[in-house]
Amino acid sequence: MRRIAITVNGARRELEVEPRQLLVYALREQLGRPGRTSAATRPRAAPAPSTSTASRSSPAPCSRSRPWRERERSHGTAEQTGKFVGTSQLRKEDPELITGRGGYVDNVTLPGMLWVGVVRSPYAHATIGSIDVSAALELEGVIAASTGADLEFAAPLVLAWPINGEVKNPPHYPLTKDKARYVGDPVAVVVAESRAIAKDALELVEVDWQPLPAVTDIKAALEPDAPIVHEEFGTNNAGSWIMERDSPAPRRGPSAPFFDDPDLVTIKEEHYLARLIPNAMEPRGVVVDPNVSMGEYTVISSTQIPHILRTTLAITCGIPEAKLRVVAPDVGGGFGSKLEIYPEDAICLALAQKLNRPIKWIEERSENYVASLHGRESYQQIELAATREGVLKAVRVNLTVSMGAYLRLLTPGIPMLGAWLYHGPYECEGYDFQYTNVFTNTTFTDAYRGAGRPEATYAIERAMDTLARELDMDPVELRRKNFIATERFPNYTIASGLTVDSANYHGTLDKCLEVLDYEAIRAEQKERRERGDRKLLGVGFSTWIEMCGLAPSRVLAALNYIAGGWDAATIEIMPTGTVRALTGVSPHGQGSATVFAQVLADQLGVEYDDVDVVHGDTGTVPFGMDTYGSRGVSVGGVALFKAGEKLIAKARTLAAYELECAEEDLEFEGGNFTVKGTDRSANIKALGFNSWTAHNLPDGMEPGLSATHLYDPPNFSWPNGAHCCVLEIDQETGSIDILRYIAVDDCGVQLNPMLVQGQVHGGVAQGIAEALFEEAIYDAEGNLTTGTMTNYLVPGAPELPSFEIHDTVTPSPTNPMGVKGIGEAGTIASPPAVINAVVDALSHLGVRNVERPATPERVWNAIQEATR
Amino acid sequence: MIPAAFDYEVAESVEHAIELLGSTEDPKLLAGGHSLLPFMKFRLARPATLIDIGRISGLSGVSDGGEHLAIGALTRHHDLNHDPLVKEHCPLLAYAAGLVGDSQVRHRGTIGGSLAHGDSAADLPTIALTLDAEIVVRGPDRERTIAATDFFRGFYETALEPNEAIVEVRVPKTGAAGWSYIKFRRRALDWATVGIATVVEAGNGTIESARIGLTNMGQTPLRAAATEQALAGAARDRVAEATARADEGTEPPSDVSASSDFRRHLCRVLTARAVEEALSR
Repeated sequence: MRRIAITVNGARRELEVEPRQLLVYALREQLGRPGRTSAATRPRAAPAPSTSTASRSSPAPCSRSRPWRERERSHGTAEQTGKFVGTSQLRKEDPELITGRGGYVDNVTLPGMLWVGVVRSPYAHATIGSIDVSAALELEGVIAASTGADLEFAAPLVLAWPINGEVKNPPHYPLTKDKARYVGDPVAVVVAESRAIAKDALELVEVDWQPLPAVTDIKAALEPDAPIVHEEFGTNNAGSWIMERDSPAPRRGPSAPFFDDPDLVTIKEEHYLARLIPNAMEPRGVVVDPNVSMGEYTVISSTQIPHILRTTLAITCGIPEAKLRVVAPDVGGGFGSKLEIYPEDAICLALAQKLNRPIKWIEERSENYVASLHGRESYQQIELAATREGVLKAVRVNLTVSMGAYLRLLTPGIPMLGAWLYHGPYECEGYDFQYTNVFTNTTFTDAYRGAGRPEATYAIERAMDTLARELDMDPVELRRKNFIATERFPNYTIASGLTVDSANYHGTLDKCLEVLDYEAIRAEQKERRERGDRKLLGVGFSTWIEMCGLAPSRVLAALNYIAGGWDAATIEIMPTGTVRALTGVSPHGQGSATVFAQVLADQLGVEYDDVDVVHGDTGTVPFGMDTYGSRGVSVGGVALFKAGEKLIAKARTLAAYELECAEEDLEFEGGNFTVKGTDRSANIKALGFNSWTAHNLPDGMEPGLSATHLYDPPNFSWPNGAHCCVLEIDQETGSIDILRYIAVDDCGVQLNPMLVQGQVHGGVAQGIAEALFEEAIYDAEGNLTTGTMTNYLVPGAPELPSFEIHDTVTPSPTNPMGVKGIGEAGTIASPPAVINAVVDALSHLGVRNVERPATPERVWNAIQEATR
Repeated sequence: MIPAAFDYEVAESVEHAIELLGSTEDPKLLAGGHSLLPFMKFRLARPATLIDIGRISGLSGVSDGGEHLAIGALTRHHDLNHDPLVKEHCPLLAYAAGLVGDSQVRHRGTIGGSLAHGDSAADLPTIALTLDAEIVVRGPDRERTIAATDFFRGFYETALEPNEAIVEVRVPKTGAAGWSYIKFRRRALDWATVGIATVVEAGNGTIESARIGLTNMGQTPLRAAATEQALAGAARDRVAEATARADEGTEPPSDVSASSDFRRHLCRVLTARAVEEALSR
């Protein structure tokens, strides 16, 4: 031991330390942290009053014993909090983002960098006669111009989900050579010294277009005389997926007998789900930095999926994966729009390879509207069969889904993400589901926040209201009557054939009704109707479930999905005692770095500020599967936790060696391994330092205190909730004002309630947008008539109510943290709650449906038709 | 979002601006830029020269001209919204200016720019028309005054000559008359799907006169002439009947916000509400 004197914050202190601990961490541990605010003393966001700690079974105070590690593995009992887990830590990501110091793709400027402009088809369907780039090349500052004829690719863009043998997948090259198939289809590129020159040069490229008739409507595309998007198939039908034939999980029973049963009540309805544009705040962008002499390339892309992008670019561009590094820097939102392999990614890489200069492309907003993926768009037919008493017996679903002009990364599989969810949280005996994919001359569709699950929730939740009306039952009562009983869980195989981890459907609905005061609202509704009030009141519910955290690789294999669903994490204790965590997921706004630091701080017994999370760089982090499908925490977070367990196991071995005891004699608490019944202990940070020096390790132990884990979850995670919308409708103008929006969601254990609420806020806003505002409209010629933010109506704060966010906590038994996903819940839950409220408000007039988005004109027309 | 190349000139005075209008190639005046620049970024407008008049002093502000208010062409929407003279003598204008676009637009956009742009979906052209404003314009050799009724000629088309600039807008005071502006729109920051502006003078039980302006009901801002006539001298309880003709003579557009027919419907419903609101003031 050595005695030293130091001065911290003006106070002189003397202390004894081990020479080998004479490092920052030791001083911090014993003296506090000069010049820094400790996370432990930083004022935390107080739990919002609306957070229903009341609905949890144990009182709010955090237990320091971290029972979330040893908790009961069934729902609804243990309170899973730690010193940091379960608290609303402020986001680690925010200081740089809110001070304008974030590093987005567009912040990247490299010496010698050139800008790319993409020549896009102004026609939805047109043969390309010839392309003349000579005038563009003459413009000063233009370096190169390429068409599909001279920019070669090793393979088409990759489709990762060819759902079955029926799927028709046309080769999709980054630059189309023969004909354009949608407005925005890339046909040529110009490369210039500045973005403005590139933009000017685009106007000088002359394309000899021979326009063809276009088809934009899904049903019209299936007519015998429809223009054909891909002639080689002779049809626009891209193939079907039929549960009975294609599902790996047997459903409970066929639906037909129930629909043939004359004693049952049946309903049938069809909804058109409008096409949507994801609208991430940051459009896309790519910078490629080539090292041609070494054959190495760094691709900096505004993407959700750096790992998948690397693999697929390697295939399309013929560059070995080991020579490709993909970096997702700060990414300004995705919502699925950046879960994609785009022509521009491959084009920029090919150009960098060809020109041996850094290449940059930044998407414009109006370009984004035609060049980045769209979401939803389908006709959904749903039938229910139930007894007169309101017991649901069977559900039968048939979808016709727009693919757009090509199949992109996951396009044909998106509806399958809803396949098992069209009976919602309800019991039934017969279940059938199928969908047919259709090509049209429109921008390709793919995953948009919720992907398949909002569609399913919309169909069943709208149909349940219709059934309730048919049976003259209250919609809440009908739902309750059919909920899967809480006692069935955990791990209950639902009618569609998959196994739900845990749920308490009655519990979430109870909570929702408790907040709502349903009777008072029904009374006011009645009163307004009776006195002929111009403003009618409506209330709508959505009791939703979803499956997320994509997920067990074996299941994905059975669905004909080409990748796995696992993820990876590496944790390392650094010599100074800080923790470096590398994750294979690639957050782009979710706050994963915050949540993961909370998990590790508690698990390893270090401070929140001691943990730094690194993500989004294939050159640094372990190979993972990126961020989408609400998988960040439930897959990536669990991988991290399991790596933490491995790291602790190694530290325990070293601690036992240092303390000269058996490993079983050690207790691990607050970062210290203590010999039971003594005051002898070793801190994990010191063990990290000792592992790093490796001066005195047990024979055969590898230096360094780090661990890696690749986690493949045994099941999806199955969040659920109950949402309610109360709104009023001006029956003379059709305009809608949302008065209240209540969201009760159950995503299992909440690691950071503030971030959970943030996800719900954003998701509900996007769902309300879907219900009332947003719609991508093509005219008959295939022009996107909603091509800017002035006519594609993304709502803002003035259009939205103050949300009432509540929760219940039903831990998942699938993973040791008890977590489920929350990223998509709001968009899955909210559209039917809103439209059910709209129809409810007008139901006494005879209105049974209003197509979404429920614009004032549609609402007014519905009233006129019903009252005519 | 990158406009075509253009030259940029700064006008030191109104005279200088007019001189530049005559001496530069394909010029366009730049004031707040919140209509012009988006057009340029979409490359829907490609002026070869922008003449920035934003730094000319003396072109903004409101003064009392006795029977009217004299409003400098560069007066920004935000300032109209908060100006005590405007609030007192032309409250309709103050109110409507507060509904234009969003806060950023209102801090940059100018009344002269909005009128010169001549967008029939914009608020201030309708307000100017409803208030019987006069627009003072200066050219190379004369200044002239154009009544708002003569100013708006067609789709983004005004009576401004290519070498003229708006310098002032004269708005008659509305005294004790009731007024209203109903701006029906899907989102707070949108243009009006339909807008109805009114100035109504009423005595005991009788409407003396009503001026009704319509936003986004045709190629230009319009007055609901048939309803105005029907209301003049009418009893207060005849509002419903008179406003049933509010869309007469209009040719409203069809777009993603509303069909032409629905605009007509909204026009009738909202005009009735707007007149009642004005009568209640």
